Amino acid sequence: MATITLKQVEKKFGDSFAVKPLDLTINSGEFVVLLGPSGCGKTTTLRMISGLEAVTGGNIYFDDQDVTWLKSSARDIAFVFQFFALYSHMTARQNIAFPLQAQKVPKAEIEQRVKDVANMLKISHLLDTRPGSLSGGDQQRIALARALVRQPAAFLMDEPLGALDAEFRETMRAEIKRLHIQQNATTVYVTHDQIEAMAMGDKIIIMSRAEVQQAGTPSQVYYNPSNLFVARFIGSPGMNLVEGEFHGDIISLPDGSRYAVPAKWQKPLAFTIPMDGKVIIGFRPEAVVVNTEGSLHAGVYADDLHGGYSMLHLEIGEVVAHARVGREYRFPIGTPITFDLDPDMVRFFDPQTEKAIRLDATNGSAA
Amino acid sequence: MSNITLEHVTKRFGANTALEDVSFSIKDGEFFVLLGPTGAGKTTTLRVIAGLEKQNEGTVLFDGDNMDGTTPADRDTAFVFQQYSLYPNMTVYDNLAFPLRSPLRKTPENVIKTRVTDVAEKLKITHLMDRKTARLSGGEMQRVSLGRAIVRQPRIFLMDEPLSNLDAKLRESLRVELKHLQKVQNSTTLFVTHDQIEALTMADRIAVLDKGRLLQIGTPEDIYDRPATTFVAQLVGSPRINLLRTDRDNGTLQIIHSDLQLPTPNDAIPERLLLGVRPEDVRLEDEGSFEGVVTLIEPLGVETIVHIKNGQQTLLSVVSGHSPALIGEPVRFNVAMDRLHYFDMDGKRIS
Repeated sequence: MATITLKQVEKKFGDSFAVKPLDLTINSGEFVVLLGPSGCGKTTTLRMISGLEAVTGGNIYFDDQDVTWLKSSARDIAFVFQFFALYSHMTARQNIAFPLQAQKVPKAEIEQRVKDVANMLKISHLLDTRPGSLSGGDQQRIALARALVRQPAAFLMDEPLGALDAEFRETMRAEIKRLHIQQNATTVYVTHDQIEAMAMGDKIIIMSRAEVQQAGTPSQVYYNPSNLFVARFIGSPGMNLVEGEFHGDIISLPDGSRYAVPAKWQKPLAFTIPMDGKVIIGFRPEAVVVNTEGSLHAGVYADDLHGGYSMLHLEIGEVVAHARVGREYRFPIGTPITFDLDPDMVRFFDPQTEKAIRLDATNGSAA
Repeated sequence: MSNITLEHVTKRFGANTALEDVSFSIKDGEFFVLLGPTGAGKTTTLRVIAGLEKQNEGTVLFDGDNMDGTTPADRDTAFVFQQYSLYPNMTVYDNLAFPLRSPLRKTPENVIKTRVTDVAEKLKITHLMDRKTARLSGGEMQRVSLGRAIVRQPRIFLMDEPLSNLDAKLRESLRVELKHLQKVQNSTTLFVTHDQIEALTMADRIAVLDKGRLLQIGTPEDIYDRPATTFVAQLVGSPRINLLRTDRDNGTLQIIHSDLQLPTPNDAIPERLLLGVRPEDVRLEDEGSFEGVVTLIEPLGVETIVHIKNGQQTLLSVVSGHSPALIGEPVRFNVAMDRLHYFDMDGKRIS
């Protein structure tokens, strides 16, 4: 399995960038997810790695080999697309064996490898069936088997679960990740679904408007989003963002309530916040602690059951924030409530740059 | 707004039975959700209520009056579809005013203006009033479609998967707004969806349909906490409920192909059964009575899904926040005994 390195790789169409110059390392055996809304450049990036799309600048390496101008078929990669391209006149077995036959692998070995991969994906009983008569999920399993039967330098997957229904997507998500753990194959996986990205990725590269917004582990992008885009995009619902005005140890909110700034944040905020004092407080729904003595105020806009927990939707001035709470917290619309925020889960953003304020910000580093 | 009742409604298309003996009652001011997979009969139910399809058997009543022989216009329902059907060359204002300008209603222009302004404020589209709808985003268009339905005061709103075509973030926020609006206006609403989260979060009551049959009616709590069948149990909740083939041996329940044993809650439990455990009721605890090996971890941020294998069985557990569990390592857990679900081999709940 290869380490894939992108150095200043870019894609321009005329004057506009589909992908701005990008540096990226995908370590051997790593599962890296390219995540973002449609048009962000994630698929173009994947296609450049695959060789289906030529770069307009920069270099791509598989280990030490520069593959930038190598055609796709010479790059030793296996593809899985959203729409399974299976041969309808062949059985599942013939479909899976096809890439190995093309590589002229001995017959006995082909048989063994098809058997192994079919076992792994639990499709042994389907091997003599033609894909046309199978469900979408089974067809996608066969398409996966056809990719996995090879041992390529890397797997490239473009929204492979995008066309499946919700419950099946959950099952397949776990299966693909389980296979990855067994095979430890370098994998680049494209999706617009942040839940899929979080569940599967060792590392997530979040893209928007042709550039990387943040690269990090699921935990890093969830707890420490680098900017407002990531804060909103990751999480379901995304991070709550409320603008206020900074006055040293408190931030006053639009509804008049005063948020006491946790001690450890007072200095970094004082160093970073612009002259007008405007700052955005960010907090995940689970950071809200409903509390009769709480210093923050809101009116209940709606409340609902999500199964194992409830979600309270809170009107704070013009903003509706979301609070994930126990099932016993149900209130009629309009009920005034008070709450606090878990001080370890509060983040701050500069409304002008949209960037997260760092806890280690000092006069020097903010300048 | 009205009480809407279906009594023993059956609808056939040729040899195909789309609805079979369906009965339910939507109360005035209620947010009632029909939940089921594709082909369950949800849209047919809406169309029968609207008068767009005639049932083969049974009765549709609006406030106690039999609706047989009435036209869709007589029934005065308002539809919101998945695909917004706006007039692209009209402004948002004119689209919203359109249903009120119908020659049948003859609403005065000043009344129209008040109503349209009011609805636009509620849906936060006041700034779009002069815009042609062709130039709006998908979310804005769906807001205008909703506005066009609620600008009238029909007897019931019939909503057919109105949020399905929107992206995840927009769906989330419109879901909350729609629920808020329904509660504030107290409008009778029948909402059709295949999305269990929409059903759980928005409904006062949910009716679960499958293959034309009604499986269960209840509040979101009823459906989630006391599913009538394994089908309902698996339809709601994400990740899905763990369903485990289990044998009873006197006072012990043995989950097959594993060494997981539980005490039998009572004598009504049959010898062969399906045991249901919601993932949040599988709790990782150092002193837990059960042991397994972690086979997969899915960190979703707010919670983590941990896959635990014991024998040949895999249980999913949901823990809040980050989990210290490691793939390949043993882990101990408990199950919430008072939250277990027991089903017979036909999938029916044992009470």
